[in-house]
Amino acid sequence: MTQPFAVSFDQVQKHYGSLTALNQISFDVKPGCFFGLLGPNGAGKSTLINCMSGLVRPSAGSVKVNGYDVIRDYRQARRQVGVVPQELIADPFFSIKELLQIQSGYFGLSGSVQAKWIDYLLERLALKDKAGALTHQLSGGMKRRVLIAMALVHKPQVLVLDEPTAGVDVDLRKTLWEFAKALHAQGHTIILTTHYLEEAEALCEEVAIMKSGGLMALETTEALLCRHQYRYLRVKYSPQSDQEDTESKLVPALASRLVEHEAHVLVFRLDKSVSLNAILGWLSDSQVSVADVSSRDASLEEVFLDLTAEAPQC
Amino acid sequence: MLMHFSGGWALFIKEVRRFYSVAIQTIFAPIVATLLYLLIFGQVIDARLEVFSGMDYSQFLIPGLVMMTVLQNAFANTSSSLIQSKMHGNLTFVLLSPISPLAFYLAFVGASIVRGLAVGIGVLMAGWIGFDVTWQSPAWVLLFAVLSAATMGAVGMIAGILSDKFDHLSAFQNFIIIPLTFLSGVFYSIQALPDFWQWASHFNPFFYMVDGFRYGFFGMADVSAWVSLSVTLSFFVLVSLINLILLYKGVKIRD
Repeated sequence: MTQPFAVSFDQVQKHYGSLTALNQISFDVKPGCFFGLLGPNGAGKSTLINCMSGLVRPSAGSVKVNGYDVIRDYRQARRQVGVVPQELIADPFFSIKELLQIQSGYFGLSGSVQAKWIDYLLERLALKDKAGALTHQLSGGMKRRVLIAMALVHKPQVLVLDEPTAGVDVDLRKTLWEFAKALHAQGHTIILTTHYLEEAEALCEEVAIMKSGGLMALETTEALLCRHQYRYLRVKYSPQSDQEDTESKLVPALASRLVEHEAHVLVFRLDKSVSLNAILGWLSDSQVSVADVSSRDASLEEVFLDLTAEAPQC
Repeated sequence: MLMHFSGGWALFIKEVRRFYSVAIQTIFAPIVATLLYLLIFGQVIDARLEVFSGMDYSQFLIPGLVMMTVLQNAFANTSSSLIQSKMHGNLTFVLLSPISPLAFYLAFVGASIVRGLAVGIGVLMAGWIGFDVTWQSPAWVLLFAVLSAATMGAVGMIAGILSDKFDHLSAFQNFIIIPLTFLSGVFYSIQALPDFWQWASHFNPFFYMVDGFRYGFFGMADVSAWVSLSVTLSFFVLVSLINLILLYKGVKIRD
């Protein structure tokens, strides 16, 4: 028997009056995948995640989690999913540990095994010292960790991280990613939305890019990066050369491809079909006294900008 | 099946613990406020007014005040809990869980019954201590107390679901709940009202809750206790159905 997809979106639509928040979104997330869901603000990422977790009802289409329809089989579907919401949610009445016990109760989980799991989560997320504190007594980073613990309290197969590192300091961000990677290594499917595209590039095996409620791209991160037809050439020239003079002497083929010029470093955005020999020839024609040359492929951020904005073409 | 309701049971316990954690505000303050009504109205008017033959006004007043506190606190429990959860965002935790709409409804209404009864018992005990209050039929008293608390818990739930901010809830409370409660015969028998207001009182569902409850104490009331029970039960079914429709459709909480 074939294993169902971790998540399946089929022609999902969501309308708020005349606004189309999701426009016939269809794609699947493989089990055990570290999946990135990217897009500018208002692209529909959170709405899509909310459709999956049952927080929002789709206007049309269906969403399945591990084969369970989120509307028809909502009980089973919600047991499969843990969501770390974007907003820092607080409950003013209960301590962190009580909240985890209450949340376990919502899933019908109690007893010594569950108590040990809660202790493990508190320990693993460095919340043990704060177990008796109320949420409003915690810092933003601590609150974020509480939300992660809440999402994991029922040991879901699919973990959704909706911009989990927004407003989080570098140390905590590192801790969170190490934890996410460990969960992924244990076989959990992780769905991540983030504005830090370098994180998505480093962590995600597959990426979907959304814009205005539609799906702009869906590929493995590697394929997405390779698909980009440009590369970036960084040319460092002699510090003795004058910057303005150097730029003014660039031949048109290079001048039109210049994207950055700072501290005696020129950065060109070049079509991959342009040979290195041709570039070196143009640099020679431009009388650039080259000190160092390096090239790199486009980053996910640049691919993202190309797909979601009208990026300049070379 | 039981497993499906275990989440609802956890939510019920959480809701009870929530109001208990602020018991001064949710239990003791309403008891004190109601006893002030009893002190002021009872002591001042006691000698001047006889509503039922051979009965002090204070004795007449106590069941009405008990029911008023039950109704108002049952309403406040569900409505304030829901609006706070929506404003703080922590309703999300419940919505992400596999708790069914029916279990969600039962948990919230169940907790409102507990709070309504806790406050009502507090007022009643003070009535027993300070005044000579007896009851003819404890079964009727208990039946109307539980049914009325459940009904107002359900009404509070509708208000909590539909309100987007505290202001909406306040309007609901001040323009609907309080007037209907005060005009339900808590402080008087509707027999003392002019014909038009007597007639109008029969369209106020709260009147039947208070009147049926009072019947349990005195064995007499403005209308038959069976009529009061039928109307209260019908109203409870109506508000429960509205709640379940709102919850199953996810109105204002899953959209």
